[in-house]
Amino acid sequence: MNIPNNLCFTKEHEWIKIEGDTGTMGITDYAQHALGDVTFVEIPKKDCEVKQFNIIATIESVKAASDIYSPLSGTITLNNSELENNPALINQSCYDQGWIAKIKIKDIAEKKNLMDSTSYQKFVEGLAH
Amino acid sequence: MDTTTALKNTPLSAFHESLGAQMAPFAGWNMPIQYEGIINETLATRKSVCAFDICHMGEFLIKGHYKKSGLDRIISAPLENLAIGACRYSSILNAEGGIIDDLIVYRKGLQEWMIVINAATIEKDKAHFLKNLTPETHFEDPSCALGKIDLQGPLSRSVLETFIPTAKNLKYFTFCETDVCNEKNIVSRTGYTGELGFEIYASDSHIQTVWKKLLENKLVKPAGLGARDVLRLEMGYSLYGQDIDETITPLEAGLEKFIDFEKDFIGKDALLKQKKQGLKRQRFFFKSLSRRSPRHLHKIYLKNREIGLVTSGTFSPHLECGIGMGFASQALEIGENISFGDERIKIEAVVCEKPFVKKTSIKN
Repeated sequence: MNIPNNLCFTKEHEWIKIEGDTGTMGITDYAQHALGDVTFVEIPKKDCEVKQFNIIATIESVKAASDIYSPLSGTITLNNSELENNPALINQSCYDQGWIAKIKIKDIAEKKNLMDSTSYQKFVEGLAH
Repeated sequence: MDTTTALKNTPLSAFHESLGAQMAPFAGWNMPIQYEGIINETLATRKSVCAFDICHMGEFLIKGHYKKSGLDRIISAPLENLAIGACRYSSILNAEGGIIDDLIVYRKGLQEWMIVINAATIEKDKAHFLKNLTPETHFEDPSCALGKIDLQGPLSRSVLETFIPTAKNLKYFTFCETDVCNEKNIVSRTGYTGELGFEIYASDSHIQTVWKKLLENKLVKPAGLGARDVLRLEMGYSLYGQDIDETITPLEAGLEKFIDFEKDFIGKDALLKQKKQGLKRQRFFFKSLSRRSPRHLHKIYLKNREIGLVTSGTFSPHLECGIGMGFASQALEIGENISFGDERIKIEAVVCEKPFVKKTSIKN
């Protein structure tokens, strides 16, 4: 299970990379593995405001449709339009080419509600039992 | 209740786990859902050949005259004209015409039959057969000790004939009892994928040998129930418990061609009555206009009016769009625009014919 140590994580298996007041988010390796082949991503619209842990996108796989939640509150500044034609990028490269959205972070203090890589690793291990 | 402890393993479960398959409960069994991915396994079955562990399904053995035993009344398809060595898709119905199960009847001899049924329905099917067969009819349920592997795909014949030469001559929906890795087993040219394919029956103790033998051939990939579900949906085949059940009749489900109205069978009166009164709902098939997929119990809308429910839906890797089937309270025309979804979203779709995937190797 790939868990990069420079990211923050949610219990719903989203990740966010915080750089200044911008965050890039996507879903984790655990999530893409559990979903299986991703067939469609509803890409969040630019300028939309999102709240922490509220729905930011919908992902469909062959198996099911799942809601994706925003790790932090903010405004969407960019979405990954590559996913429209190639949603399998989420399976192939969930932390890099399969990113979902960039947001302008509203309140960095919300970071306290997220896990670092060590805590997330433990959280995922706990799910397996 | 912890349901995981009650899950049954097939004789091949350990193999699947060692190959890294994702396992999940299905009909009370611990089954492989996928190995490397549902889409790859689906594509491989249509292009090449895949092996599926289908040991969970049930089998009954019956000995008796087709009519005097009561079997002809239980099975809604014709039995009298079924040749020895041939098999036929059919259903068993309740008095109201509802489908208790769908199945395949194998005629092993003039008065010898094998019935292959769904895993989740074994006990209720058994009760139905025992209630309606005459007491002198021989009935046996070897389900717990009999396994099955499906080998499906355009290359399945060339794989099988390397160690089961008789498989080469099997015609569509026929079977033989032949030597399979030094045991006499049933091999039929049947399947649930729409491709050229075979089902191999063997005792639980022998099925591992057959599985290993198949996978020795580098052409053969193991595939899970996820791919099997996509493959059957691309052909428009019903899944019992999801698309059909005891509240749905074969007429509503579009399965009338499998019913023999010339003979007497359980549920016939109800079906004739339903024919006369007209159908309150009908099966239909549809394609999404996008990559979004319909899901079980999504609602169906015609011009924003709710007219039915989705029973099965998925993403078709061959058409690269969502596909589904469901019931509508009114007749729909091919090409008619509908939408599916829930309170949050409605997705555009178009009514179409089945099968969704037209050119396959099934009759090769």
